[in-house]
Amino acid sequence: MYHSSAPSTRLPNAAGVGYKPQHFTDLTRDPGAVAWVEIHAENYMGDGGRPHAQLRALTEIFALSVHGVGLSIGGEAPPDKAHMARLRKLIETYAPQSFSEHLAWSTHGAEFLNDLLPLPYTDATLVRVAGHIDTVQQSVGRQMLLENPSSYLAFTESTLSETDFLAELVHRTGCGLLLDVNNVFISSTNLGLDPRTYIDSFPLDAVGEIHVGGHDEDMDEHGARLLIDSHGAQVVDPVWALLDHTLARSGPRPVLVEWDTDVPDWEVLRDEADRAAAALACIRTP
Amino acid sequence: MPVTQAQFRTALLNADAPVPAGLDDGGGAPAGARYDVYRNNVTASLVDAMKLAFPTVRLLLGAQNFDPLMPHFVRAHPPRSPLMMYYGVEFPAFLENFQPLAHLGYLADIARIDLAMRTSYHAADARPLDPSIFQQPPETLEDTRLRLAPATQILRSHWPIFDLWRRATDPTAPKPRTAAQAVLITRPAFDPALHLLPEGAATFLLSVRDQPLGASVEAAQVAAPGFDFGATLALLLENHAFAHSTEDSSK
Repeated sequence: MYHSSAPSTRLPNAAGVGYKPQHFTDLTRDPGAVAWVEIHAENYMGDGGRPHAQLRALTEIFALSVHGVGLSIGGEAPPDKAHMARLRKLIETYAPQSFSEHLAWSTHGAEFLNDLLPLPYTDATLVRVAGHIDTVQQSVGRQMLLENPSSYLAFTESTLSETDFLAELVHRTGCGLLLDVNNVFISSTNLGLDPRTYIDSFPLDAVGEIHVGGHDEDMDEHGARLLIDSHGAQVVDPVWALLDHTLARSGPRPVLVEWDTDVPDWEVLRDEADRAAAALACIRTP
Repeated sequence: MPVTQAQFRTALLNADAPVPAGLDDGGGAPAGARYDVYRNNVTASLVDAMKLAFPTVRLLLGAQNFDPLMPHFVRAHPPRSPLMMYYGVEFPAFLENFQPLAHLGYLADIARIDLAMRTSYHAADARPLDPSIFQQPPETLEDTRLRLAPATQILRSHWPIFDLWRRATDPTAPKPRTAAQAVLITRPAFDPALHLLPEGAATFLLSVRDQPLGASVEAAQVAAPGFDFGATLALLLENHAFAHSTEDSSK
């Protein structure tokens, strides 16, 4: 269980965007409703150059979320010590308001597979993942938020629901959660669940950040809808509606728009952030 | 039946391997093609990383040749670290050993340029050397040790790699000469730039990393009697190839 002695920091309950270097000039000149930015930690683990210069400039203007994609929290092996040290250095350098990672694995043996791979939800994986979260929070020196995955399949061996699994991780480790509403929509569609039931059973008190993003539509070999988490399109209306449903229950939270592939002009992403801000404004003035 | 991560991984990078048992669609039916989403994600994300990492090789080969080759490379050489900015260090050797491209012997060195440009881009920042250091008397100057900037890279090739690189990135550039060429990469601000090194300059630069200035000039003159120290020094200073000598490079 992680108990922080450091002063608690938080992202503002406002709209944020996943930062893309090509938006640097436009974002700083015309941020719209954007109050904070999120970076993928691994892109800022080089020694210097433009990435760090831009990040220094951004942190003068915006609150910062450091979002890791390479820690392999769900891996069978413990998190890599060298990688935790890199994370710690990045966090010490930029003092972000939030640090988050994924309920997934990406490293196997010496290989890094560059994708967020799924794990079964059992008592055994619960013990393992809780241990890894403890290790990371101790090593990095602060609380982490853990993000729910987007799923394309289920493990027959699973004995716990994803929401129960996450709630138990919060209970055991003191970690917070990053609720990706787009992932909820994707997983629920793909696995035949009701996304609102998922949200209603999610431990919303532990949520320190919410994600929305775009996805692609496909079909499996039986003609069933199969949604793919692409972060390469606008957020669809059912996901905005699910965000409204979530915020009505959770109260205001930091809401991030993710757009990582086929990245559009700044104005398009800014409009998405403005829409997230409008969703937040709705719950403030019921 | 539990699915181990070793089983899950084996089928990821092998399209012919069966989908592991124990994975379903959430309703009890076998996962089938749903597993392919992960297969596609892994391969496609690594192929995308290679397209970004080796833009000049891709220009020279053409996307129609480069892109179909990439799944073979990424399956044989998955990343060894989450730092994707350094992915692909095995690619030059892969090209050297890839028989169908053996007639393009220079490709591996072009890949080394793409790698070195990326390494330079992410290298530590450093204050450039103050040129006034060269105003000291010759007898102390020759004992002076210079420090290459962390972003400085030097590559020697049997091929006219500077001409080939320039022609690939600028079709109006002159046709490549037939000479062997050495190149310098510097990063005065944030964008690495490629320069053709004059005769003897690569020997000078490789020597100056651990030898004093006087000995390095001599080494260059021995290797290349036409070595022009003045012209070489002007190129190096103008492009911030050296770091300020007292600055800590470890950052």
